[in-house]
Amino acid sequence: MYPEEFQYTKDHEWIRVDGDTGTIGITDHAQEELGDIVYVELPTSGDHVTAAETFGTVESVKAVSEIYSPVTGEVTAVNKKLQDHPELLNSDPHAGAWLIRVQLSDPKEIEGLMSSEEYEAYIREAESH
Amino acid sequence: MRYLPNSPRDREEMLRTLGHSSIEELFSQIPEQIRFQGRLNLPGPLSEQEVLGFFQQAASQSTRDYASLLGAGAYSHFRPAAVDALLSRGEFFTAYTPYQAELAQGTLQAMFEFQTLIAQLTGMEVSNASLYDGSTATNEAVLMALRLTRRNRVVAARTLHPEYREVMATYVRHLGTEIAEVPYSPSGQLDLAALEAALSNETAAVVVQSPNFLGAIERFSEISELVHRSGALLIVTVNEPLSLAVVNPPADADIVCGEAQSFGVAVAFGGPYVGFLASREKFVRQMPGRLVGQTVDTEGRRGFVLTLATREQHIRREKATSNICTNQSLCALAATIYLCLLGKQGLKALAEHNLAKAHYAARQLAAVPGTSVPFESPFFNEFVVKAPGNADALLSELRREKILGGVNLGRFYPELADHLLVCVTETVNKSVLDRMVSVYQEFSTRKQAWAAAPSGASHPVGQEKA
Repeated sequence: MYPEEFQYTKDHEWIRVDGDTGTIGITDHAQEELGDIVYVELPTSGDHVTAAETFGTVESVKAVSEIYSPVTGEVTAVNKKLQDHPELLNSDPHAGAWLIRVQLSDPKEIEGLMSSEEYEAYIREAESH
Repeated sequence: MRYLPNSPRDREEMLRTLGHSSIEELFSQIPEQIRFQGRLNLPGPLSEQEVLGFFQQAASQSTRDYASLLGAGAYSHFRPAAVDALLSRGEFFTAYTPYQAELAQGTLQAMFEFQTLIAQLTGMEVSNASLYDGSTATNEAVLMALRLTRRNRVVAARTLHPEYREVMATYVRHLGTEIAEVPYSPSGQLDLAALEAALSNETAAVVVQSPNFLGAIERFSEISELVHRSGALLIVTVNEPLSLAVVNPPADADIVCGEAQSFGVAVAFGGPYVGFLASREKFVRQMPGRLVGQTVDTEGRRGFVLTLATREQHIRREKATSNICTNQSLCALAATIYLCLLGKQGLKALAEHNLAKAHYAARQLAAVPGTSVPFESPFFNEFVVKAPGNADALLSELRREKILGGVNLGRFYPELADHLLVCVTETVNKSVLDRMVSVYQEFSTRKQAWAAAPSGASHPVGQEKA
């Protein structure tokens, strides 16, 4: 379910790192909890994002939620498809509905994130409460 | 909701529950130095009859039987009795939308109709369900533009209501936003060359009022081209929305906002008034305040719901689109009732009536020696008059004739000392206007007689110097 090549945050974002670029999205668990997603608010290329700080919002029929960045760096690309098709986040959260690409300032930051195994345990733990 | 004060017994019970023997003991936690010492300077209690007498006495000293030519952001219009009759129905007469808003379908439908009417008048795609007043609506529009453009410079026309500009300075005080002001041209309209010079790729919004504070109707085609070329948003403020019935709404604007007091809300010192804010659909998620939408229920019946409420403060707390966007449901309802009573044709006829009367008054005044209407731009029901002498002295003579003759513009624009802003609505009849013109004439004649007198007679000091 949760790709092994991703790292995960406690706020339910994923990041896939290739060299010094990270691709960021929200997890399947996050989209499931949010329900039908109707709008996504993202930064623009060139903006700076900071680890554990908010960089956008996802709006579902139930709520508007913050998205937190797993890493620090500069935004190099934004998924424009989501502007007109926010529902992609419900159908394809781990691939086609990536949110932003970031040039990492400090690749070591990802060491503090969870592996897919740890993340699966984390959400099982959260659900059992 | 009824206000039921607590009784001494209630208070004793509360104190007992808290485990305190007196109110003093409860308050002992509050540091001595920040506690108020002594007794509050309040008058003693009055009986119902005494209260009524007090207010009747105060009302008798007010200006009820004066004809008002005051405008400047607050407009005297006739209010049909049906407005208050419908407004005070129990189903409507509460300031608050219930927390489970959809329970009150009637209230939501009324707000939906208000939004529809505002969208039609302004030519915009979406309107919210009202804001506090024209000044806050204008400045919520400014904040909206800052969010949408991610820029931090605002250009405001100097002919935007001076008090709205003060509110703007307050709103952006801690945002580091820079405000530039664009002067008016000799015609009274915005100075386009100065506007062009003030714009940059850092400009988030340009705020232009029309009719502006000097009464001039702006030409938006050129303004909007300049503004949009710089990538900024054009915010148009309208604080006499009756003008929209005869003046084309600014189709190129990104946000049209302002004051709807003209529509069935009485002129009152300190309000309550009612702001409106309308925009394009693509900006709807950055619009502050309530929004009512129309939908169908599971059986296909029409119903009304709060839309985009997920961005409001009761859900998003400190991350809400705006936390200072009080809406004015009751006044918005008054505006809705008023507009529905008049209808499209009625509103147009009323606007034409205002236009004709104001232009009649301006022509008559311009013919008085020493008096002029200095700005040549088109106007609706408000215009500037250069007084034949000291404007305050003229105003006090007009007051003697039970006429509130206008606003002395020197208060807001030093270069326009002895200029009056005069507003003529349907509430002022022709005989009042003619009486006003006579006062101007007498004032002007006396001034000329004084000026023509031998200088020795009127200027003894000057003679000594000579």
